[in-house]
Amino acid sequence: MDKIKIGIPRSLYYYYFKDLWQIFFEKLNIDIVISPKTNKEIIDKGISMSNDEMCMSLKIYIGHVSYLLDKCDYILIPRIDNYGLENQTCTNFLATYDIINNLFNKKIINYNIDLFQNETELKGFLKLNKILKRNKKQIKIAYEEALKESLNIKDKKMMKNINNLKNKKIKILLLGHPYNIYDEYIGDPIVNYLKNNNIEIIYSDLFDSKKCINKSNILTNSCYFKYNKENIGSILLSKKYIDGIIFLTTFPCGPDSLVNELVMRKINTPFINLIIDDSNILTGFETRLESFIDILERKKIHE
Amino acid sequence: MGNYYIPAKYLLSHILDVNILDPVKITSKTIEIGTKYSPEFVCTPFKYTLGTLIENIEKKSNILIQAGGGCKYGYYAELQEKIIKDLGYDVIFINLVSQGKTDFKKIYHEFKKIDKNFNIWSSLYYLFITTKMIRYMDKIDNYIRHNIGFEIDKNDFKNTNQEMLNAFLKTKGFFDLFKIYKKYNKKIKKIKVNKPKECLKVGIIGELYTIMEPFSNYFLETELASMNIEITRFTNVHYLLFEKKYKIKKEMKRIKKYIKYKMGADAADNIAHTKYLCDQKIDGIIHIKASFCTPEIGAMPIINKIAKEHDIPVLFFTFDANTSEVGIKTRLEAFHDMIERRKKNEKLLSRN
Repeated sequence: MDKIKIGIPRSLYYYYFKDLWQIFFEKLNIDIVISPKTNKEIIDKGISMSNDEMCMSLKIYIGHVSYLLDKCDYILIPRIDNYGLENQTCTNFLATYDIINNLFNKKIINYNIDLFQNETELKGFLKLNKILKRNKKQIKIAYEEALKESLNIKDKKMMKNINNLKNKKIKILLLGHPYNIYDEYIGDPIVNYLKNNNIEIIYSDLFDSKKCINKSNILTNSCYFKYNKENIGSILLSKKYIDGIIFLTTFPCGPDSLVNELVMRKINTPFINLIIDDSNILTGFETRLESFIDILERKKIHE
Repeated sequence: MGNYYIPAKYLLSHILDVNILDPVKITSKTIEIGTKYSPEFVCTPFKYTLGTLIENIEKKSNILIQAGGGCKYGYYAELQEKIIKDLGYDVIFINLVSQGKTDFKKIYHEFKKIDKNFNIWSSLYYLFITTKMIRYMDKIDNYIRHNIGFEIDKNDFKNTNQEMLNAFLKTKGFFDLFKIYKKYNKKIKKIKVNKPKECLKVGIIGELYTIMEPFSNYFLETELASMNIEITRFTNVHYLLFEKKYKIKKEMKRIKKYIKYKMGADAADNIAHTKYLCDQKIDGIIHIKASFCTPEIGAMPIINKIAKEHDIPVLFFTFDANTSEVGIKTRLEAFHDMIERRKKNEKLLSRN
């Protein structure tokens, strides 16, 4: 029995499921390859392969996939439709599998999450039994253990994030999708710049998801994008402690363009809106971040 | 959207005791207003609808109704309400969707607030008539679309259609509607057309707002008609509301080779239609969408692939506030020349 190797692109879904996937495949004793952090080569490849109107994050994803093509047997691409009708995802999360499948001639491992039609994550994993060459019982056990451990890891991160709220430094809520915040090319330069300026960063994705979704009703009552609801909820949960908010978006993100605009009109915390596209990435932002930090510092002194 | 304001007006004027104003026709000024107050990279239909809403408020309407569904449409209303209220207009804004689904209980309460005599049973009756009206409109529309390029007396179709719509508005009941439809159906079929046996055929697919609002696609269809091209189009309100639900399963089977899942909004439908048109050996396909329409952007590479496999030319149009009419005309003319030449070459080849 020859061993299979699964490639995981370090973009989009990776940042939501990285612990789950890593532990799951480790338990099943299956090798995985994760593409390296986003670099210039991957971005250029992604841009050349994709349609020019796709959002920056999806272009980067395509770049990662094309990096993995000759390094593994399968590529793991889930499809996430919704977590119930009021918790839908961006349409790109619905379409990535089919887009990649048509762009590249490569075998793909795919599972579907569609709670509205009763397709849970566990069901999706169980259906992988033939490709992974493991029986359903093994998969179920591995999945349950992986889920538990990955939640523990997230809990620890969340605790740290919440503890940071009590810090006396200037605190900025970095608000965006995790695949943007943690990306080497999109979020990292901003995170590094803030850290160098002695600022405590609060991450918007490290809050309790359920609490966030419940809270988000205060700011918007007809929103049905799960990831955006989580972001909005994080504002409400941390509002009392933070000094400012950075909205980090890639161009042209659909849900963000609507939801963030609405939120910006309703909150009274100082904020700055950074939109990142595939042209030169950091130069322009340094000036804007600098003046934003200046304002926050002055405000803090006056208080 | 296009002429669909007529059934909407008919429905609302019968179930609510309110005065309904005709919507203002979209002009370049509407788009300017919409773009001015919209977020930067929201999809274009948001800008159009916002512009229309603001222009209508200036015409002194004080109740606005916004529907939605599918991808981002469902979320338009809340933001538009906020923008309009921030601009200082004092209006009642009714949102028919919340959290991704149409909430009938909420709608009932909203309507009750406006009109105390609001009655569910009579509303259902009128709703039924309205859906039937949309069906008839779409049927006539389809016939017109196939023939408008070949009419002998210019504007014949357009005028008759307008007459029919005006008559629809005065419909008293179900039977009356049927009679009007029969009468104008006969009348429209009698209009003389000069249609050659082998004319060029083009299919139009794309994002629903752009495809149905005649202004936002700059009368693309009339332009095509004036080049004597027969047009096939699938998306209309009746399709979206009633046919899509039970057709989509069958369509998904037909395109199993290309996609496994629905891709949000109408992307899967459009891919299925592309396949259908390719199997019909149509001369060309035109795909139109508003800029930043995420589902359609995802569908484009796949549509391209299918068309390439079947060797059918596709033309992609993206509409936004800055699109110029002249640019579109040039591209259309080039496309027309190309498919015409292809057809001639094919004929020569088959003769040899």
